[in-house]
Amino acid sequence: MTDFIAASLLLAGVALALVASIGLHRLPDLFSRMHAATKQATLGLVLTLTGVVIGLEDLSATVKLGVVIIAQFITAPIGAHLIGRSAYAAGTELSPDTLVDKSVSDALGGTTAAPGSESGN
Amino acid sequence: MTVVTTVALGILAIAGGLCLVRLVRKGSVADRIVALDTLLVIVVSGIAVFSVRRGDGVYLDVLVVTALLGFVGTATVARFIDRRGA
Repeated sequence: MTDFIAASLLLAGVALALVASIGLHRLPDLFSRMHAATKQATLGLVLTLTGVVIGLEDLSATVKLGVVIIAQFITAPIGAHLIGRSAYAAGTELSPDTLVDKSVSDALGGTTAAPGSESGN
Repeated sequence: MTVVTTVALGILAIAGGLCLVRLVRKGSVADRIVALDTLLVIVVSGIAVFSVRRGDGVYLDVLVVTALLGFVGTATVARFIDRRGA
């Protein structure tokens, strides 16, 4: 039973890695590609490492993998935020398919300026 | 368990290959660092799966270092993009 749980967690995490790397090829712009990649960096890694913890049944392994999981949960969103913010400020264009709601953007003060031209970040 | 880890390592190899193609072939600096980050997480998963396969936790110290170094790399490239542009 333990082996079955460990195996299904491992396979779920690994499948998410495959989905993320397919998403890197298929999705249209940088920000949607980051969306695919960061799901795997948190959820995929946590599934895989939980599978490893259950599969190994070893206290020191559990502690080490717990440290990795906590560190990844703190650093992966921060890293993705840093990259996304820098790329947006550097003028990375969005996909033409991106839905822009004009009424909302006007209500927010008409922020229709091109990326890279805003100030104060 | 050996069958499962073999399948898992195979899937990870395919995923890593796809990331590597993305990393080498095209895209801006930001695109490449996203692909590199994904590749790093795949390597971390691969080492973890391998240690289950061996039934031995000695490889897990590598994971702690790798996971933290990956963040340093990402943050550095973000600063680089801030200065030089994507």
